[in-house]
Amino acid sequence: MIPPLALELAVVCLGIFLLMMDAFSPQTDKRFFAVTGAAGLLLVLVASFFVGQVPASVEAMGFYVADPAGMFFKRFALVATIFVVLMAADFSPVFSRYVPAARSGAGLGEFFTLPIFACAGLMWMATAADFIMIFVSLELVTVTFYVLVASMRKNKASLEAGVKYLILGALSTGFLVYGVTWIFGMTGQTSLDGIAQVVRELAPEGRIPLLFGFGLVLVALGFKVAAVPFQFWVPDVYQGAPTPVTAYLSVASKAAGFIVLLRVVEPFLGAASMRGEVLLALTVLAGLTLVYGNFAAMPQTNFKRLLAYSSIAHAGYLLMAVASVTVDPGGPSIIGVVGFYLGGYLFATLGAFMVLVLVTRAAGSDEISDFAGLAKRAPFLAVCLLVAMLSLVGLPFTAGFAGKFLVFEAAIGAGQFVLVGIGLVSVACGFYYYLKVVRAMFWQAPPEGSAAIEAPATTRLALWVLSIATIVFGIYPLPLLAQFGR
Amino acid sequence: MSPLLLPIVLPVVGTLFILAGSNPRKTALGTAALNLLGFVAICGMYDFRAGGHQFLFSAPVIPQLGVSFTLGADGLALAMLGLTTIVTLAAVLVARTPAKMPGAYFASLLLISAGAAGAFVSVDAFFFYMFHELALIPTFLLIGIWGSGDRQQAAWKITIYLAFGSFVLLLGLIGLYLSLPAGARTFDMREIASLAEIGAFVPHDSVFLLLFFGFGILVSLFPFHTWAPQAYASAPAPAAMLHAGVLKKFGLYGILRLVSPVFPEFLIDRWSPLLLVLIAGNIFYVGLVTIGQRKLDLMLGNSSVMHMGYAFLGIVAWNQLGLNGAAFTLIAHGLTIAALFALCGELRERTTTLDFNDLGGLAGKMPSFGLLFGFAAMASVGLPGFAGFAAELLVFFGTAAAGGADFAGLNLYQIVLVLAVWGVVISAVYMLRAYRKVFLGEMPERWAGLPEIGVPARVAVTVLLALLMVAGFWPSGLLSLLSPCLMLP
Repeated sequence: MIPPLALELAVVCLGIFLLMMDAFSPQTDKRFFAVTGAAGLLLVLVASFFVGQVPASVEAMGFYVADPAGMFFKRFALVATIFVVLMAADFSPVFSRYVPAARSGAGLGEFFTLPIFACAGLMWMATAADFIMIFVSLELVTVTFYVLVASMRKNKASLEAGVKYLILGALSTGFLVYGVTWIFGMTGQTSLDGIAQVVRELAPEGRIPLLFGFGLVLVALGFKVAAVPFQFWVPDVYQGAPTPVTAYLSVASKAAGFIVLLRVVEPFLGAASMRGEVLLALTVLAGLTLVYGNFAAMPQTNFKRLLAYSSIAHAGYLLMAVASVTVDPGGPSIIGVVGFYLGGYLFATLGAFMVLVLVTRAAGSDEISDFAGLAKRAPFLAVCLLVAMLSLVGLPFTAGFAGKFLVFEAAIGAGQFVLVGIGLVSVACGFYYYLKVVRAMFWQAPPEGSAAIEAPATTRLALWVLSIATIVFGIYPLPLLAQFGR
Repeated sequence: MSPLLLPIVLPVVGTLFILAGSNPRKTALGTAALNLLGFVAICGMYDFRAGGHQFLFSAPVIPQLGVSFTLGADGLALAMLGLTTIVTLAAVLVARTPAKMPGAYFASLLLISAGAAGAFVSVDAFFFYMFHELALIPTFLLIGIWGSGDRQQAAWKITIYLAFGSFVLLLGLIGLYLSLPAGARTFDMREIASLAEIGAFVPHDSVFLLLFFGFGILVSLFPFHTWAPQAYASAPAPAAMLHAGVLKKFGLYGILRLVSPVFPEFLIDRWSPLLLVLIAGNIFYVGLVTIGQRKLDLMLGNSSVMHMGYAFLGIVAWNQLGLNGAAFTLIAHGLTIAALFALCGELRERTTTLDFNDLGGLAGKMPSFGLLFGFAAMASVGLPGFAGFAAELLVFFGTAAAGGADFAGLNLYQIVLVLAVWGVVISAVYMLRAYRKVFLGEMPERWAGLPEIGVPARVAVTVLLALLMVAGFWPSGLLSLLSPCLMLP
C-alpha cells in the first residue's frame, strides 16, 4: 500500500526532476519532457488506485481529508494534466513562434513542466480541509498559471491575458484571505470541521459577520470557477493564453474550484440559521452564470472564445447542482453529481481543445471559419470534435447528457424550479452555438488551398480515449458514479 | 430473448452490412422486407385474445434509479410497430441511390426505423426517450446532407426545435419520476400508470405541462410547428415519409402512454382552455396557411401539421372516444402522409419543381400517377372509406361529449369542434386545389416527355392506400387492438 501523501510528493518530485533536466542538459529534445511528464503522471494515476489509509496522526491535524470524492478529484487533476501536457507538445510549433529564442526550443521545457506543479496544487486542493491548506494549494496553482498564461512572450494577446489574470487573480486572493480572516475572527477556527462545529452553535449576533466572511470567500471562489459576475477576466484570458493552458484553466482549475466550493459551503449549510442565505446566494450566482454564459456565447465567431463562454455556461450548470444541496439524506449526493458532470466536461472540452490545437497549427488562427470543411480535410478530427460538441450540448448517449440528467434531476428534486427554467433556455442556446461549429465542419466547403491536417499518433490515441470515454460513460455512467459510493 | 429485439437489431445489422460495403439499396430493401416479415411473425405469435403487454424482456441498467431496458408490446405498440415496418419498406422502395454517400443515406433510413421501433416497443420511459433521440440524429443528417432547397437552414431549424423539445420532455420525465412516491420510483411506464390508477401520487401541474409541451413540440403543436413544413419540404422523400409518417408519432404515442393514463381529470380541466386554443391554431390557422401555399411540398408539410391538431383534440377531450380517435389518427395519418410524400418525391424527381404555377395537366401524361395522388388526397381529407374518416369521426364525437354534457350553450370544446369540422372543408379545399393545379388544366410544353410513375413507387403507394382502405372499411378491427391500451386514470 502506498501512503496517500506520497502521491503529491511524487508529482512534485517529477516536476523538479524535469525542471533540473531542462536546466542542466539543454541539448535534450524538448518533446522528451512532455512524454516523460505524461508517463510519470500516468504512473502516479495508476498508483492512486493502490493507496492505503491516511495515518490517524495526519487526519487528526484536520487539514487533509482522503474521502472518495477527494480521491476522485486527485485522479481528475492527473488525467487532465496528462492530456494537457500531450496537447502542449502538439502546440509547441505555435508556441515557439512567439518566444524570442536564442536557441531553438527555448521556454518549451518550462512550458511542459509547469503544468505538473499546478497538478500537485490541484491534488492538494482536492483533499484540503482547512482554509490555510486551501489557500496555500490554491496559490501554488494560481502562481503557476500566471507564468503559463503569459508564456508566449512575443504575443500581445498572451501578455495581455497574463496581466489580466495576474491582477484579477491577486484581487480574488485578497477576497479569499479577507473572508477567511472574518470567518476566523468569528469562529477562532481555520479547519472546516472546526468551523462547522462552531457555526452550529452560533449566537444570533454572530450571523451577519460570518455571512459577510462567507460572502467574500464565495466571491473569491466565483473568480476561480468563472461564475457571473466574476467572469469578466475569462474570455480575454482564455483567448490570449496558449491553447493547452486555456484547456487546463477551463477544466482542471474549474474542477478544483468546485471541490473547494463544495467543501466550504458544507459547514454553512449545516447551520439552519444561515442555510437560506447561502442557498440564495448560490442560486443567484447559478442563474446569472447560466444566462450570461449561454447568451454571450451565441454571437461568438472565435472558437477559443466560444469555449471560454462555454466554460462559463457549464459553471452555471455546476452551480445549479451546488445550489440543489438538500438536507434530505435520501437525496442525490451533490458531490457525485458535480464530479460526474465535470468528468463528462473534461472528456469533451479536452477533446475540443486538442482538435483546436491541430487546426490552429495548420490555419494559423482559431476562428470558427477555420473549421470549414474539416470533415473533408480531417475526417477523424471532425468526428472527434462532433462527439465533443454533442456531449457539451448534452445529447443522449454522451457523458454530457448523463451529467445534465443528474444535474436537472437534483435541481427538480430540490425544488429549484426557477433554475430549471433558466437551465432549459440555456440548453436551447447551447444547441445553437455548439452546433455552429458542427455546421462549419460538415456542411461548409473547405477554404481554397487548404491541405489535409495530420494528427500525431499520441494525439490520435488521446482523442480516441476521450471520444470513447464520452460515449461509454454516456451509455453506462455507473463506474464513474460508483467512485462516490452512490 | 424477446422477438421484439428483432425490429431493433435487424436494421442495425443491415446498416453494418452497408458499411461493410454491400450494395446499399439492395441491402436496405432486403432488411426492410425481412423486418416486415419479422413483424408479421410477431403478430402471429401475439395472443390477441389475452391482450396486454407480451414478449416482455427486461435487463436492469441502473437499478438504483429504476432504469431498466424493458421491451414489451401491447396492441397499440404493435400497431405502431406495424406502421414503422410498413412505412420503412415503402420509404426504402421509393428511395433512389443518391450520388453523394449512398451507403450513409440508406443506413440513415434504416437507423430511423430501428430507433422508432425501439421507442414504440420500449416499456421503460428512459429507453423510450433514448431510442427516439437515436432516430432523430439520422433524420437531421438526411435533411442536412441529401436535402433540397435551403436544406441547411431547414436542418438547422429542425435540430434546434426538436432537440429543445426533447429536452423539455426529458425534464418532464424526470419530474414525473421524482413525483412518484419514494421507494416506488421507476421508469417503467406500466408501473407508473398503475400507480396513478390507485392514486398513489399526484404530479404537479408543471410536470404535466413539461410533458405535454415536450411531446407537443415534437409533434408540431401550434405555435411550435414552424420547423415542420420547411423540414419536410427540404427533406428527401424517404426521410419525410419516415419522419412525418412514423417518428413524429412518437410524441402522440408518448402522450397516450404517459400523459393521459397518469394525470387526473382536474388537471386537464385546468389547462384545457389554453390547450384548446393552441389546437384551434393547429387546425384552423395552419389550415388557412396551408391553403395559401404555392408549392406542393410546403402544402403537404403544412397539412401534416394541421392533421396533428385532430390527434391533440382527441387527447384533450380526455374521454375514451377521443383517445381512440387520437390513436386511430396516428395510424391513418402516418400511412396517408407517407403515401403523399412518396408521390411528391416522385414528382420532384421528374420535374425538379413543385411550384403550382409551373405544373398542370399532368394527369393526361401520367394517368396512374394522377389516380394514386387523387386517392391519397381523398384519404388525407378523410373521405368515408379511408381510415382518416373513422379517425376524425371518433375525435369529433369524443370532443362533442367532452367538458360536460352542457348543451345549453357551446362550451370551449364544442367551439373548437366547430372550427375542427370546418377544418375538414379547409383540407378538402387545399387538396382539391392542389390536384387541379398539378393534374388538370393546360399542360406546359416542357412536361411533354415526363415518364409515368415507376414500379417501386407504384407498389409502395398502392399498398399504403390499400391499408388505409382496409382500416377505413373495417375500423373495428384496428380499434379492438388499440382500444384496450388507452387508459384514463
